[in-house]
Amino acid sequence: MSQISEPLPRIRVRPWTRANLSIQLTLLGLTLLTLYSFTTFDTRGVSLGEAFQDMLGNFRLLLIEPRLKNVSWLELIEALLVTVGLGLLTTVFGACIAFFLALFAAQNLAPFWVNNLVKGGTAFIRAVPTVLWVLFFAVASGMGSVAAVLGMTFHSAGYLIKAYAESFEEIDAGVLEALRASGASWWQTIFQAVVPSSASALLSWTFVRFEINFSTAIAMGATAGAGGIGFDMFMASVFYLDLRELGAFTYAILAFAMALEWFATHMKARLGKSHE
Amino acid sequence: MQSDPFQLRQRQTIIFFALLAGLTYGAMVITNYSVVQGFTAIPRAFIWATANFVPDAAAWNRLPRILDKLLETVLMSVASATVASALGLVVALLGATTTRPHPWFSLPTRALASVFRNIDVSAWALILLFSFGQSTYTGFFALFFVTFGFIVRVMVETIDEVGTASVEALRATGASYLAIISQSVIPACLPQLISWVLFMIETNIRSATLVGILTGTGIGFSFDLYYKSMNYSSASLVVLVIVVAVLLIEALSNFIRRAVL
Repeated sequence: MSQISEPLPRIRVRPWTRANLSIQLTLLGLTLLTLYSFTTFDTRGVSLGEAFQDMLGNFRLLLIEPRLKNVSWLELIEALLVTVGLGLLTTVFGACIAFFLALFAAQNLAPFWVNNLVKGGTAFIRAVPTVLWVLFFAVASGMGSVAAVLGMTFHSAGYLIKAYAESFEEIDAGVLEALRASGASWWQTIFQAVVPSSASALLSWTFVRFEINFSTAIAMGATAGAGGIGFDMFMASVFYLDLRELGAFTYAILAFAMALEWFATHMKARLGKSHE
Repeated sequence: MQSDPFQLRQRQTIIFFALLAGLTYGAMVITNYSVVQGFTAIPRAFIWATANFVPDAAAWNRLPRILDKLLETVLMSVASATVASALGLVVALLGATTTRPHPWFSLPTRALASVFRNIDVSAWALILLFSFGQSTYTGFFALFFVTFGFIVRVMVETIDEVGTASVEALRATGASYLAIISQSVIPACLPQLISWVLFMIETNIRSATLVGILTGTGIGFSFDLYYKSMNYSSASLVVLVIVVAVLLIEALSNFIRRAVL
């Protein structure tokens, strides 16, 4: 009998490991910060419930009754092309710069102190939001496509240097060693081993950045005078207060962004297959 | 004639780059971008910056006010990322192949998430300005929607990756749906989820600056105000403060990621 009355040792289903404790603490921290954040919101007299209902009504208007008024269909397509062009231009420029600098940022291709120099520089470039880069260059070259291209290129290069360098670092060390042992020069190792074996990774990172740059180009049109569909959306929203026209623009960017995402998913699947 | 695979590959590469060069030229024409102006603007901008884009004494006096705005922006980014991720996890559970209550749930949830993340944050801000005006809510919901769409997408993938085997095992023991979700799927996904939340917080702080310029809130508004009044030394301090904040948060989240994963 006495054996039964003794309490059985409880099995701990989730032991207090460092990882579990960190998860709990992070979740607690995020929750507390969020709750505190709600008390600091500057509501400017907006009542959340009413505004939320208003928002649902606006969504209905935006999605069900879109139409153009201040621009024609042709102008809409032209504006979309300008935005796509900005995204493409900055991705191509950023990729060209990033390819060469990433060679110096990869640990298996360049000395340690060079890695740190390049990585530190790019971390700084990435920490500045793109819009601030664009506005910074706008002081020297005026608001317009030159400032937008320069600013977006800077941020793209910062992003791609990191991504490319990580792809380079995943290359099999044996391949590099074999080429070096056979007396290949540094540039020969780059173009015979590094580029062919990381090409698909570079391509998919570049495409990811193109998707980002397309949406950044919209934002730059709205905030930094880069033109394109972002500027038209800004005018429809802030100047004409025309929700239905904003709806038409929204459909245009949504269609293009979804097409890009679909293309990226299929490209990734195909690249993945060709590797097997 | 036998085709040489090396030659074929070379030809494909040449065609790809020629096409890309053509498209790039087309993009330059349509955006009115001038290469010459671009190259000369870079040194001009940095020379100008060394003289004018440095914080002076008057700017440092404004530091407390700037930090106040920065805190507002950081808190809003954290709140929107956290709330959106919590909701995103629930929706992802409904949409993932392993955990959906019914096959019909998948398509609508994925489509909804796709709409939310493919409308850019600046476009969301312009739409939400109509209902929420220049309040913090505009930025909060703009970041919330984009984060929500993104989290649903990545968590659907994560759940299907880590959950399939354990869900099958628990189902065989006769565990209920809620028990499987709360005891197996969520604990297995939490480290990934936290990693993505931290990533979205970093992204949101940068986006919040942009949204702030559009809606007149937070640190973005401070920058815009100084920039438009040509008070460049104060504007440079705002940039400096943002950079420090982003780098600190990046370091903190890398630390948490190492502990969690």
